[in-house]
Amino acid sequence: MRRRVFVTGFGILSAIGCDVESNYSSLLSGRSGIGQAKFVKTLLDRYPFAEVPASNEELAAKAGLRLEPFHSRTFLLGLCAAKEAIRMAGCEDQLPSMALVGSTTVAGMDLTESCYVRMVEEDPTLKYLVDSMDCSDAVNRMASVLGNRNMVSSVSTACSSSANAIIVGTRMISSGLADRALVGGMDSLVRFSINGFNALEILSPTGSQPFDQNRDGVTPSEGAAFLVLEAEDVVGNRRVYGEIKGFANANAAFHQTASSPNGEGALAVISKAIEKAGLQPSEIDYVNAHGTGTKNNDLSEGRALEAAFGVEAMPLFSSTKGYTGHPFAAAGAVEAVFSLLAINNQVVFPNINFKTPMEELSIRPVTTLQKKEIRNVLSNSFGFGGADSSLIISKV
Amino acid sequence: MQAYINSVSLISPQLTHDGSFLTHPLVNELACVMNCVEPVYKEYINPVALRRMSHVVKLGLAASAICMRQLPDVRPEAVIIGSGLACLSDLEKFTRLVEEYKEETLPPIPFINSAHNTVAAQIAMQHKLTGYNITYCHHFLSFESALRDAFMCLSEDMQNVLVGGIDERTSDNFHIYNIAGFWRKEPVNNLDLFKGSYPGTLNGEGAAFFILSNEKSDGSLACVTGVHTLLLPNSTIEDVNQELEVFLKKHSLSKEDIDLFILGRNGSNVYDSLYGQFEEEIPQSAHIAYYKHLCGEYMTSSSFAMWVASNVLSSQSLPDILTFRRGSRQDFHRVLIYNQALGKEHAFILLERA
Repeated sequence: MRRRVFVTGFGILSAIGCDVESNYSSLLSGRSGIGQAKFVKTLLDRYPFAEVPASNEELAAKAGLRLEPFHSRTFLLGLCAAKEAIRMAGCEDQLPSMALVGSTTVAGMDLTESCYVRMVEEDPTLKYLVDSMDCSDAVNRMASVLGNRNMVSSVSTACSSSANAIIVGTRMISSGLADRALVGGMDSLVRFSINGFNALEILSPTGSQPFDQNRDGVTPSEGAAFLVLEAEDVVGNRRVYGEIKGFANANAAFHQTASSPNGEGALAVISKAIEKAGLQPSEIDYVNAHGTGTKNNDLSEGRALEAAFGVEAMPLFSSTKGYTGHPFAAAGAVEAVFSLLAINNQVVFPNINFKTPMEELSIRPVTTLQKKEIRNVLSNSFGFGGADSSLIISKV
Repeated sequence: MQAYINSVSLISPQLTHDGSFLTHPLVNELACVMNCVEPVYKEYINPVALRRMSHVVKLGLAASAICMRQLPDVRPEAVIIGSGLACLSDLEKFTRLVEEYKEETLPPIPFINSAHNTVAAQIAMQHKLTGYNITYCHHFLSFESALRDAFMCLSEDMQNVLVGGIDERTSDNFHIYNIAGFWRKEPVNNLDLFKGSYPGTLNGEGAAFFILSNEKSDGSLACVTGVHTLLLPNSTIEDVNQELEVFLKKHSLSKEDIDLFILGRNGSNVYDSLYGQFEEEIPQSAHIAYYKHLCGEYMTSSSFAMWVASNVLSSQSLPDILTFRRGSRQDFHRVLIYNQALGKEHAFILLERA
């Protein structure tokens, strides 16, 4: 018998707030975090971005650390989110035996990209930056602060990274490898990804408008979110905020960066996740879509949703990237936190920045805040390389 | 849990991809690096696609194709990659472009290919493998993380999974870690790697793939029975031995039950002192092998060691080139691989005869 996996704590930093409380109040008030960049140094500052509203000094103080030159912003974001999750779960004493599965795509690029050529071409004073280049740096530093010892790892599957970290942690618990897992992801906003999306010509000049006919691209952002997952049999009488009831990871095997126009890869994971949860599509009450605001993703995902649920029976859905921008590796975990907030407050968050329905789709995202019974939420995350993942997060 | 190794492949600085390594090991005359002996890629990869691929993607596609060709009737239900540095050369290339071209419009290809999951994605695309697909990038524990996931897959509902450990060498990375004192300052013959006392080691690379199955077949080479990792800064030999004891106990075993220990010694006195202490407590009758003089140091080199272990268990012989201390035991029933980095990241892989 596989064990059920419960969420007993969560923490988040995104463009709309530096903790759960402020994220929730921004979601309720419809306040977007997209705007002029303040912290990242980029010549592409004519584009809007979505930054976590805190300097590295403020993040370090929040995490209870003295800021060191080798502390990447990515690490600071992750540690702050993890600490909030642990506090909420009240499981500090369990940390040494708790698995830690983190994820990032840019790692400590915020430290290294400003001096990369100098660092490589033998400026020995920069050697302390070497380790921050590695994907494991943020997670290993988190483990050093928090005390995790075994089963510490990092996943990197582009924009579905933290959804996969949640899936791995869930499977570690359900298979009996671990009783508890701290899972999530973090990315800071760096020139590397800004310029990458500019090279692909999918940077939004106006700010992400998911599922809108006139959507014009991605708003790169940053953030971190972590969840404390625990096996049903070790939770005791502590508060449970939700259950990871279903999940699916599959590869679209279609194209390195694009999704197929009909969204076969997305449809496969949506259907598999619902099946794994032992649910019918009609039992999904809210879909938090990946909805990046690119022409390609939103068409492909929209068609997959229509195929999975049927136009008539489509549950309420929205993309929250109009609020947060796209925090890449952190997106899946950030949106898992929003899904938990939806479940615990029985509310559906609107798809802000939406004006004109897409010609190709018959379904429409939710545009106003809705009070509603929410039992099960589907959350989608899709990444480069056809890396598709879906989660089903349910009320317990 | 038993994960049978039903197919293996290895592209490395040795002639491992065509099987002649054990009889003809290559000697690297005086160098600080060890590069892979590359196969003829167009036998495995579409020549048009090949031109746009980085070194690591080519290594991964060729090694995975060699592994899968040996079991043409098996379609792996999962592609699980461990790679410490993943698609590093494209990441370096794009980082330089951003800096050098002052954020003007840049070519997107190196950015696209820099995604850490590119090798796993290209394998999926090339072979239309639409199942579970994941990439672990966790320094010296990347391959073990992938292996642990493979175990979970086989304990769930899958029968066959493809697991790979892969890392490429790049000149930027060599320079960066050279500043940090990681590599040999003076060129060395690789077979002399363990002679003398130096802080640096050889910079290597490789790609090893395995099809793991929950069913034994006639062609099963060995079976992996456990994997265990420890992250503990400044760990002592007592920490390591205690962790190993707990791990072996879970399998109802002790050190006495291990016939061969494959250790990740790399010829650096910074790394090797812990291995030296570890060796002191290995039973005299057991065999001890090293492997990094044949592949250099890289973050997923334990996948090279797992390839070695599956060969020893299936052939029941330990080649001299790998042997550091020949023990008295006649048969190889169980092998333990121990690899560690800077006394902080430790990993054990346990294998048995199939």
